[in-house]
Amino acid sequence: MSTNPVPTPATRFALVEDEMRQRLDVAGKVFRFLTGLACLIIVSVVALIIVNIFINGRAHLSWQFITAAPEEGMTAGGIFPAIYGTVLLVILMTGAVVPVGVMVAIYLHEYSVHSSLLYRTTRLAVSNLAGVPSIVFGLFGLGFFVKFVGGSIDRLFYGGSLVFGQPAILWAALTLAVLTLPVVILTTEDTLRAIPNELREASMALGATKFQTIRHIVLPQAMTGILTGGILAVSRGAGEVAPILFTGAAYFLPELPTKLTSQFMELGYHVLVLSTQSPDVEATKPILNSTVFVLLGLTFLLNFVAILIRSQMRARLRSRA
Amino acid sequence: MNAGTTYRKLAIQVTPVTKTEDRKAAEVPCKLITEDLNFYYRQTQALRGINLRIGENQITALIGPSGCGKSTFLRSLNRMNDLVPGTRVEGKIYIDGQDIYAKSVDPILLRRKVGMIFQKSNPFPKSIYENVAYGVKINQYATKKADLDEIVEKSLRDAALWEEVRDRLDTSALRLSGGQQQRLCIARSLAVKPDTLLMDEPASALDPISTAKIEELILDLKKRFTIIIVTHNMQQAARVSDVTAFFFMGELIEMDSTSKMFTNPSRKETEDYITGRFG
Repeated sequence: MSTNPVPTPATRFALVEDEMRQRLDVAGKVFRFLTGLACLIIVSVVALIIVNIFINGRAHLSWQFITAAPEEGMTAGGIFPAIYGTVLLVILMTGAVVPVGVMVAIYLHEYSVHSSLLYRTTRLAVSNLAGVPSIVFGLFGLGFFVKFVGGSIDRLFYGGSLVFGQPAILWAALTLAVLTLPVVILTTEDTLRAIPNELREASMALGATKFQTIRHIVLPQAMTGILTGGILAVSRGAGEVAPILFTGAAYFLPELPTKLTSQFMELGYHVLVLSTQSPDVEATKPILNSTVFVLLGLTFLLNFVAILIRSQMRARLRSRA
Repeated sequence: MNAGTTYRKLAIQVTPVTKTEDRKAAEVPCKLITEDLNFYYRQTQALRGINLRIGENQITALIGPSGCGKSTFLRSLNRMNDLVPGTRVEGKIYIDGQDIYAKSVDPILLRRKVGMIFQKSNPFPKSIYENVAYGVKINQYATKKADLDEIVEKSLRDAALWEEVRDRLDTSALRLSGGQQQRLCIARSLAVKPDTLLMDEPASALDPISTAKIEELILDLKKRFTIIIVTHNMQQAARVSDVTAFFFMGELIEMDSTSKMFTNPSRKETEDYITGRFG
């Protein structure tokens, strides 16, 4: 290559040929290939789901489908009651999970001493809660909310007649709230951690109490993060079937839920019903695909909004630093 | 409390003084006294038996190498260390004769009296106006808008920032320059009407021009406030302070009038540090 003759390297420095080194190189290349392959698997799984649902679900999708109720044993008609039920369910759930989750996070991050017993047990509880299978939440909801809380209300205020002591949208929402609690707690905690401690100190040094500091300095700064936590909880909760299975979701209801004690239809549950209990599997297929399409679209949209808010929040924090 | 009241009349002790201005400094009334002050972070002792007196309307500079305890000392004077778990104080600190660690003392009220300026300027992510008004609002010093406006303007004037921001009080404080942010933080403290100001390296993150402005401001504030300032900058200590205290390894090695400390310190450690032989 070069015009000047390059002196051959001395043999005691075997820079070119070393068997050991070459074997290592092969191992490295194989490993690199495997890591790449693993990534490819993830991408193709997601792509397969989306492409499949998009192609098959699009056909049956129409304004009619979104706004009408199911007909003829769910082999025709739309899914409006399920969409309505899902939206109502997550609104109720958010109303329950956000205040409680935010307060837990505030306690953990702003008030507690990390060596205290309450801090450590709460930490343990939160991480365990995140690992509990969702069907267990469903059973918990049935046993605790429906039977115990609802049953007690009925005994105390309704003379034993069945009002609250049966599956209802309220109990389903509360069960989902318990399921999504860790999401809200952890997101809010992250947000609180991102607020510089100097701001708290500045506030305290001006003679503010801890409560005033949280109320006027910490919470306003944490608002976007709390919002993100709420959205993530919704996208986690929407479409969960197991927790609402015994606590309020209905197979088919002609009318929309009007009271907290009403049962309701829900998209995820509707998907389960369509795929397992349809009288005519072939006729239900296009409806099933389109329902999944709507459900996925809804959760993706919510995730997208959450990501958007979070990236904006991070950019703002960076510009501060 | 009574023990402290008697101390109040005592003049700050300064070893033989020659210059007249130093003699004047020696006669100022005592604002703050510490007695055998020990401070612990869990098992680690950060301050060892600190005994000192700080004169009213004087600027006292705390110098010493990093980790010598001077910031810890400063933060114990408005009980900011209370907020750090695992800290413990022994001994006494009197401000205006009041033992500030006495059970009856509310640290919230203490912090209104003893203001603090931090090393890194830390304005709230709010408007300039809201930053200054914050302390006034939470302490309910003013409820009427007109009164609040007046306090905000006065505080900004006192912090030599009014002329630069008067037309844009509603813009975010984060858009000010570093030096302006630090003066805003000073204005924010002044609005709560303290009588003592603690400054923890207030100019260490600033350029020379902004530093000069802050120093000028500190000298001006001295007329109405007792100022205790931690600094790593020897020239700064020499320029602004009346009295300098040298901390080393959690102990107060020497405290004297600044002119004596910088020309003829009694202790060898002080001389070594000031001349840059260590630290």
